[in-house]
Amino acid sequence: MLNIAVASSSAAKGESLLDTVDNLLAMQVDGFILRHPEAGAAHLLARHLGEHAWVVNAGDGQHAHPTQALLDVFTLRRLAGPISERVVVILGDVLHSRVARALIHALSILGCPQIRVVGPRTLVPPELHSLGVHVWHELEPALAGANVVYALRMQRERMDAQRLPSLEEYHRRYGLTAARLRLAAPDAVVLHPGPMNRGVEISAEVADGPQAHILDQVTHGLALRMAVLARLAGGGA
Amino acid sequence: MTRRWLRHLRLIDPESGRDWQGDIAISEGRIVGLGEVPTDFVADEEIDGSGLVACPAFIETQFQAHTPGHGRNGDLESELRAAAAGGFGTVVLDPTCAPIADQPGVICEQQMAATTLGLLRVHSAAALTRELRGAQLSEMEALLRAGATVFSQGQRPVADSRILRLALSYAADLGRTVFLWPEDDSLAAGGVMDEGPLSLRLGLPGRPQAAEDIGVERDLRVAALAGARVHFPSLSSAQALTRVAAARRAGQAVSAGVSLHHLLLSTADIGHFNPHGKLLPPLRSQENREALGRALGDGSVQCLSVQHQPWGREEEGQTFVQAPFGIAAAEWTLPLALRLVDAGWIDLLTLLRLLTTGPAAVLGLPAPRLALDTPADICLFDPEAECIPTLQSFSRGRNHPYAGWPLRGQLRYLFVAGRLVHCSSPA
Repeated sequence: MLNIAVASSSAAKGESLLDTVDNLLAMQVDGFILRHPEAGAAHLLARHLGEHAWVVNAGDGQHAHPTQALLDVFTLRRLAGPISERVVVILGDVLHSRVARALIHALSILGCPQIRVVGPRTLVPPELHSLGVHVWHELEPALAGANVVYALRMQRERMDAQRLPSLEEYHRRYGLTAARLRLAAPDAVVLHPGPMNRGVEISAEVADGPQAHILDQVTHGLALRMAVLARLAGGGA
Repeated sequence: MTRRWLRHLRLIDPESGRDWQGDIAISEGRIVGLGEVPTDFVADEEIDGSGLVACPAFIETQFQAHTPGHGRNGDLESELRAAAAGGFGTVVLDPTCAPIADQPGVICEQQMAATTLGLLRVHSAAALTRELRGAQLSEMEALLRAGATVFSQGQRPVADSRILRLALSYAADLGRTVFLWPEDDSLAAGGVMDEGPLSLRLGLPGRPQAAEDIGVERDLRVAALAGARVHFPSLSSAQALTRVAAARRAGQAVSAGVSLHHLLLSTADIGHFNPHGKLLPPLRSQENREALGRALGDGSVQCLSVQHQPWGREEEGQTFVQAPFGIAAAEWTLPLALRLVDAGWIDLLTLLRLLTTGPAAVLGLPAPRLALDTPADICLFDPEAECIPTLQSFSRGRNHPYAGWPLRGQLRYLFVAGRLVHCSSPA
């Protein structure tokens, strides 16, 4: 297992991604786990490598984060029951979120009857319905009858880009508070991909409350990623 | 000079609309016999053109040859050879080179290089504003004296409307067409593809089609204020095209070009991050593509372009965001263009007009013709021969998405001023 951080690797000296990968391949590497700031980087790598090595997409820009989606649906199946019978609310900056995109795909494949995405139009544009989701811009009605509330991390850059007037206003309109959570189904499960901004997208009371299973996600994440690696590099057992 | 007798051809003259069988005799670079060639004509070379169509050589309004430039992405010779293989006898070099064509010296260098090569007729589009930044006017009169034919903003809009008005007013005095790149800069900023379902799915920043519609509306109004003749070399939005056509009908001096790529490809061709579908203006939706195709037949479009933008090997292997914009497919122009006929959008005569007399009018050049005592800029092509584009080509750019497409149409001979500049044997 080699850990290559871009800042200290040859990429900082101007080497291209594919050249870096070819160098590693020359060291008899079996596969790659790639996290990259640009959408499509893992696809580029996979096309380049073909049968020579496997690639795990560990997050590419705002495009996808498949292992996060796997651990999320694993968590939901364990804690919230069959996904084909659950209404899921995804709350926050869906537009810029690879976690949300991957989760939407996973939930759709597993037959989730209703995926609601909620947030201001600047972060949840109506066109998102093309991904097969219902788009809401008000939180309270969107929570009605929800079995799962998935809060996304709100990034400070969005404010700098004028997509939000302030994090305080965001919290007032879209923060997941205990009072709002009571609008959802009584046994609704709360998830968050971490790291959390307490007091922004989620109140401390909810984050630490009995309905939150955020630390379970972390535990499941470890197991799930071990399973992915075992599947790919498990020595043919 | 070689005297040539091109025999048994189907002759199509887009200017007159004539379509007939006959021969062409070329001497001293000009057409000296057409249809029935005098029996006393003595040729140094005879070419049997049975099954071939003869028409005036094509004209390209926006051609990137990276001249001057460092050569890794192609140079004038490699790219002109690609253009010749596509049927072009005349190209207009885009001002986006290194350095940018905003100094008379750059125009002189382009023209000298073209003369030295002696392949095609090469025109220079000079930068309308310094470094194409849209902040200061370039020395337009000096650029014209150096040999420029038109002014252009390359692929950069002039964001400041006041500067645009002044630049167009100044250019209007000089009587040349100005190529504008219509886009609302701030609305499009940072986008790498059309904003729509696919950009949302791929998580890529989008450029909304509305940015082009707004750009066209603003540019048309400012051009009317300034009294300038403007040309939009590559419109991608069918709505914007309709708006330009209405302005033209109302008497405004404006023309519209559309690239073959926007007529043949849509966002769907980007699929999973295919960088060869990364283009400016971006490829749009399938519905928009079909609307553009239908507009071809109703006279809304004055010229077609292959919008050649080659990128060499050093630019390969990048992520979609990093990859440069543009497609290099000049040498497949003829078979790609014939797809528009096969799609039922236009007939062959209209297609040839959009590649010859249309662009000539935009540029203010004399109409190319198949007529006696006109320059022998002629292409001969086999319209039925199979053609499957590859990535190996004359161009140094390998960035096009057409490899493996089953097409028809082979360019067999290209003459410029009577000189044979391209010839390919039947495959």
